[in-house]
Amino acid sequence: MRIDHKKKILAIVAACVALPGLAFAAGGEMHLEKANNDIHNKASLQRGARNFVNYCLGCHTAKYVRYNRMAADSGLTEQQMMENLLWSGESPHSTMVNGLHADDGKKWFGVMPPDLSLIARSKGPDYVYTFLKSFYADPAKATGVNNTVLPGTAMPHVLWELQGTQDAVWEGIPDAQGNVQKHFKEFTLASPGKLTPEQYDEFVRDTVNFLEYIGEPIQAKRQSMGFVVIAFLVFFTLLAYALKKEYWKDVK
Amino acid sequence: MANAPQKVAAPADSGKLAALTAWIDERFPMTTLWKTQVSEYYAPKNMNFWYFFGSLALVVLVIQILSGIFLTMSYKPSAAEAFNSVEYIMRDVEWGWLIRYIHSTGASAFFIVVYLHMFRALLYGSYQKPRELLWIFGMLIYFALMAEAFMGYLLPWGNMSYWGAQVIVSLFGAIPVVGDSLTEWIRGDFYISDVTLNRFFALHVIAIPFALVFLVIAHLMALHEVGSNNPDGVEIKKVKGPDGIPLDGIAFHPYYTVKDMVGLGVFLILFSLVVFFAPTMGGYFLEYANFEPANALQTPPHIAPVWYFTPFYAILRAVPSKGLGAALMGIAVLLFVFLPWLDRGKVKSIRFRGPLFKFFLFSFAISFIALGYLGLQPATPSATMAARVFTVVYFAFFLLMPWYTSIDKTKPVPTRVTYHAH
Repeated sequence: MRIDHKKKILAIVAACVALPGLAFAAGGEMHLEKANNDIHNKASLQRGARNFVNYCLGCHTAKYVRYNRMAADSGLTEQQMMENLLWSGESPHSTMVNGLHADDGKKWFGVMPPDLSLIARSKGPDYVYTFLKSFYADPAKATGVNNTVLPGTAMPHVLWELQGTQDAVWEGIPDAQGNVQKHFKEFTLASPGKLTPEQYDEFVRDTVNFLEYIGEPIQAKRQSMGFVVIAFLVFFTLLAYALKKEYWKDVK
Repeated sequence: MANAPQKVAAPADSGKLAALTAWIDERFPMTTLWKTQVSEYYAPKNMNFWYFFGSLALVVLVIQILSGIFLTMSYKPSAAEAFNSVEYIMRDVEWGWLIRYIHSTGASAFFIVVYLHMFRALLYGSYQKPRELLWIFGMLIYFALMAEAFMGYLLPWGNMSYWGAQVIVSLFGAIPVVGDSLTEWIRGDFYISDVTLNRFFALHVIAIPFALVFLVIAHLMALHEVGSNNPDGVEIKKVKGPDGIPLDGIAFHPYYTVKDMVGLGVFLILFSLVVFFAPTMGGYFLEYANFEPANALQTPPHIAPVWYFTPFYAILRAVPSKGLGAALMGIAVLLFVFLPWLDRGKVKSIRFRGPLFKFFLFSFAISFIALGYLGLQPATPSATMAARVFTVVYFAFFLLMPWYTSIDKTKPVPTRVTYHAH
């Protein structure tokens, strides 16, 4: 009887595992590079906060993030925070907003630059990482750049000074109808920036790390708390099991 | 309930506590209730793993109500404030993130536990005579739960909340003649708006929880009236000892209270693993697109309901016509109600059923899971074809049931349950 059930459950599990082969996800999306960031790395979070304040905050906001909470979580003292991150007289517990008026944002960029509090949560850190590395020169665009991850993006390449300018190399692949389709192949560095490609990757990684942190500030703490909770529950369950065994001795 | 209230005499060494008990018992049937419902409610001694999920469903209901109360203290049901207030709970409210993750994980846990609880009933024929009403109350709980989950999902006012609600509410538009006015009536507007959010909040926090609690009480009253079924499908009340207690029955308390505590422990470990280490569960419990605020002008790239609705969503998409698909989806949910009358089997438990029932039940289980998977995926032609096959299998389980259960070769059912002491 018992073995019978196990076999059936196994069959169900096997069917579930085999199923993904039946359906395939819609293709055509840009391959994303792994960000490989680590939200437990406080030095990286501090550099990311610096990058964010220097390069992103001018146009984007992180309206759900409080300066002092962010600083404390990334291991900065209040004094370090006041000297390095708060320049325009905000109070330590104010949120990370800027002075960009919605009407101006729309006039200047075509769309209001989105709030970035949750960008790494909704799109994923790999998306943001690849996006920031995928700007290429495109004279057809008003900003002079385009992006393979988000084609037609209204965002100018704010980090061009650091990364330099990239050209995109395309290759033509004929499709089933014989029409040649343009496929992205690779980037070539047209003119180098202040950072080497490796340094630029690190710069973007720190920034993405910061963005992932602000997406869910409690993340690191909830994981460490989780171990304590699970340890208690294992102990509770063992105790409950011993109690159950003791009572069920009577049941014949 | 079945037993007449008894007058409970205070013990000889009547202390203050015993005196208080006696005082209450003269005014309220406290001791009687405790005895008839718990300490002298006799449950079969052979209930196995599958019998944990009833008590766990009750635990999850309590978890959801308690965490829900605390969420409403900081949540704001308005289109302008809802998304912000959820982030406020996640970041600025003390322990808000924990309360929110408990509530969001609890929603999925509720369905996992309820689906396993329902599957148990299919395995052991727990819906059969005399438990038809018990089963119907259970199904009403399931329907209320679906409404509760659907309305709750709109409240964070994320973009998936918005478009998910848009898609599901528009299904009512498939109903002939009244469809369009009905959709408008449900939304209270021409599109999902602040009005819709506000009324869904009212239904989610008051109306449906109220109905749920009432139905759970009715479900338990019916259970304790007819008695619990068991893996052998044997009615233990048929063989009673000289004291009137079923020979195969053991008191619910302490035997099943201590056993359910073990089940609770294991459940809470799994639950906490999700809450503390994977609250989004890879996008299945909390969808990634829902971390963007609702935007009526921008559809998420791929709209899928949360996993617990996807078996029915896959059935909807498998049918080319929207009206017919919506009807079929509704029937797929409702068919469960008629199980007690579709089943013509002479035995309850799968242990004594014939090969036909086993075949149909397990192909049903597989197609339910497969449809759930397909409902999460984009509708490619091959996925739609697979969904059609599984939809046919799903309906075959119910519609062919009167036939295969009546001709199936069953095994003889023993008079006593099988139990090996451990």
